[in-house]
Amino acid sequence: MSVPFLLEIGTEEIPDWMIPGALESLRSLAVAAVPGLGEVTMDATPRRLVMRATNVPEKQADQEELVQGPAKAAPPKAVEGFARKLGVKVENLQVQSTGKGEYYTFLRKIEGRATKDILAEALPGVIPKIYFPKTMYWTGKSGPRFIRPIRWIVALLGSEVVPFEIAGVKSGKTSAGHRRLGSSEIGINIKDYELQLRSNYVILSAAERRQKIEQGIADLGVKIKPDPALLETLVYLTEYPTPIAGSFDESFLELPEEVRTTVMRHHQRYFTAEGTHFVAVMNTSEDPEALVRLGNERVLRARFNDARFFWQTDQKKKLADRVEDLKLVTFQAKLGSYYEKAERTVGIVKELGGDTAAERAARLAKCDLTTELVKEFTELQGVVGGLYAKVQGEPAEVWQAIYDHYKPVSMEDAIPRTRTGQIVALADKLDTLRECFRIGMMPSGSKDPFALRRAAQGVVKILAEGEVSAPVPSDDFFEDRVRFYFRDVRGYQYDEVNAAMAAGWSDMKDLAARLERLKNIRPTPDFEPLAASFKRIKNILRQAEYTGGDAVRPELLEAGPEKDLYDESQRIAGQQIEAGIAALRPKVDLFFDKVLVNAQDPQVRRNRLAMLHNLLAEFKTFADFSEIVTSSS
Amino acid sequence: MDSFQQIIFKLKQYWAERGCIIQEPYDVEVGAGTMCPETFLRVLGPQPYRVAYVQPSRRPADGRYGENPNRLYKHQQLQVILKPSPDDVIEQYLGSLEAIGIDLRKHDIKFEEDNWEAPTLGAWGVGWQVMLDGLEITQFTYFQQCGGIDLELVPAELTYGLERLTAFLQFRDSVYDIEWTKGFTYRDVRFQDELQYSVYNFEMADVPTLWKLFELHEGEATRLLDLYKKSSEKARFPLLPTYDQVLKCSNIFNTLDARGAISVTERVGVIARVRKLAVGTANAWLDQQTAGQEAAA
Repeated sequence: MSVPFLLEIGTEEIPDWMIPGALESLRSLAVAAVPGLGEVTMDATPRRLVMRATNVPEKQADQEELVQGPAKAAPPKAVEGFARKLGVKVENLQVQSTGKGEYYTFLRKIEGRATKDILAEALPGVIPKIYFPKTMYWTGKSGPRFIRPIRWIVALLGSEVVPFEIAGVKSGKTSAGHRRLGSSEIGINIKDYELQLRSNYVILSAAERRQKIEQGIADLGVKIKPDPALLETLVYLTEYPTPIAGSFDESFLELPEEVRTTVMRHHQRYFTAEGTHFVAVMNTSEDPEALVRLGNERVLRARFNDARFFWQTDQKKKLADRVEDLKLVTFQAKLGSYYEKAERTVGIVKELGGDTAAERAARLAKCDLTTELVKEFTELQGVVGGLYAKVQGEPAEVWQAIYDHYKPVSMEDAIPRTRTGQIVALADKLDTLRECFRIGMMPSGSKDPFALRRAAQGVVKILAEGEVSAPVPSDDFFEDRVRFYFRDVRGYQYDEVNAAMAAGWSDMKDLAARLERLKNIRPTPDFEPLAASFKRIKNILRQAEYTGGDAVRPELLEAGPEKDLYDESQRIAGQQIEAGIAALRPKVDLFFDKVLVNAQDPQVRRNRLAMLHNLLAEFKTFADFSEIVTSSS
Repeated sequence: MDSFQQIIFKLKQYWAERGCIIQEPYDVEVGAGTMCPETFLRVLGPQPYRVAYVQPSRRPADGRYGENPNRLYKHQQLQVILKPSPDDVIEQYLGSLEAIGIDLRKHDIKFEEDNWEAPTLGAWGVGWQVMLDGLEITQFTYFQQCGGIDLELVPAELTYGLERLTAFLQFRDSVYDIEWTKGFTYRDVRFQDELQYSVYNFEMADVPTLWKLFELHEGEATRLLDLYKKSSEKARFPLLPTYDQVLKCSNIFNTLDARGAISVTERVGVIARVRKLAVGTANAWLDQQTAGQEAAA
């Protein structure tokens, strides 16, 4: 018989961003620990992680095991002993002949265990293992760890409770609804589970909560700026989401849009809408007396007032007059202040060929760290500096460079809009990287407190897409970032990236151009066979331990395929790769078909190796084709 | 509509009914209610404890001369410590909001992740900021470590920002406009305070004097902690006065910081110095409590 299974781990509010990962973790742990669970569906709200299966066998399948006993010739005592151990009589034993003679055996039936027992044993081990980035203990120092305290557990197989206990909480059939709108004790009937939750103002399905938010916003008739990340946050921050619209006073439109958006989006989790409107998402069913709307409007007004106050206060001291103040702002304990960082950055700007505008931007770029507005809205660093520089009359070249200098903040983000901005952004990041590496602060595993990977990734992206020409630092760390950029951001195949990078990767624009060409010639019919041949050539050279250095002596070449290949390689020397491939490929094929590289005569052999080596070298500045994975290899 | 002080009375009453000792504010300057011995030292060790108190909390750098409607040099926190945290702690907390007249079925309440850390105290915990209609009204923390020590019983710490909460309940846009009690606004009671301390902290505090004071208090704390180690009469050793010296250091450090007098290289070092004293006191205190119990047993 198959029955449905339900596990609901009731907790205090789990951080929204951890929930999807926790569900995946629970799924894989449970499926591995409990055989026969089958397909499971996962759901969650901030207060519950839920796993359900529809067809779980009540009992695991019976099994048989052949137990071998003493030889047939063994003394009766031994045979009796064997039977006794199995709890059967001697006459129930069988005699079977094996290759080594006849032996007593017994076919033992192992009854499949009740799934309920397996679950009861497994779940107390599974649940505490669910992965969360940060955990706590709450029952005492040696108690279990979880993301937040576990307050109830529903574990039902059919109508029966799967009994176990975690952190002093016994599993049962009692769940809880929405904190204020629902009942705090709901006796769960597995087939009505979702419905029971719903009538207690808990929408179990994240997809349905998402849909309810979207529909609710549409019904409000307010046009919001789409914001998928915020939507996702709100889906996992609520059990019963309901959007409401609010508005703010027109006078706040004089605040820069960047500041308004940051307040609304990051601090208040509002969707921004056209004009003076916003949408908040409540974790409740309605706002009949408009108390929630008025409350949110009041909070927003206070926040905007704060921002306006900071904006006005900050204007009393120009950015240019704040350079000295940077001596009091720590960059990193061992690396001194932002004042020193700015000085170094100016130096790098000069190395990169920046003009006086770039130097000025680099000197002022960090000054906004001393402003009230950035102390309040740290995520607006750079942007605020740019805005202040603009109103304080700095030229566009300068203020835009300040505004953009943290860009790109992610691989989806754009690079700074001007060449000056790109130079300042590069210099800032290169300084961070150089200095942190100098004091041994290499990122390791998930530990990268200074976001050095992101900084290096930014350097690669700016050099690949921007107007600045400078070599990428040549170390393993950057090599990984370059590889990541072209593979994961630009979408080239990993073997294309390997092939092109093998021909050099210090010039990002050159590498980008070669990769694009490589991608284009790859589907041509002659390319992959040629690449396979190149791999063969590379192997031959390696086996022969041949590293080049000889000029090919044409007089040693055999007429026919060998001479033909040589002539062809001479013909295409210096030409566009694309033009040569089609003619080269049959010559290479024929060569390998008819000519033995390992000739008897050592001179001839060495000459052939030299020719092949030169052929590979011809492509060396473009790509190492032997890195291409071909269907034949 | 409840006045500022009525809201305080009601919250104290509510927590008193739930077994809390109602303490009065600590009489040494602190930056937060957490730093009072009633929290910092009481959360250590195996003794259950429940306490609630209003603590005026000084943040010199947050002073705004009384001009900013929401930012204060000194604000009043209601600090509640429930050690160990009861299973229904969130329900109890929500009940406290209802006790001051907030009908939660008509409002939106959310618990948003916010983990708390105080490097100078060697303390951290996990929890939430509690949002009421978009306003952060409480910091809710499950302490995990204090003075660098893993806590045996996990306390829940509830910190209510009383000015904000009252402004919300009284529909005021500025904390200075809230009614402290009939006939007196917050401004009437506290404006001079805000103005004068801002002037002192930002403009007039004498930096060499403050450094001298810092070193005197640090010296005294260090001297006492060293003496404790050698003391043969540990049970009566004055660790509470030692901790006062640590608090003095912390407040002077904050003032120096607001004054812009702490350079980059100094800053990290000074935090480490205060932390060393706090951790030293916490460890000594735990030792003293445990020794005391063993003696009694």
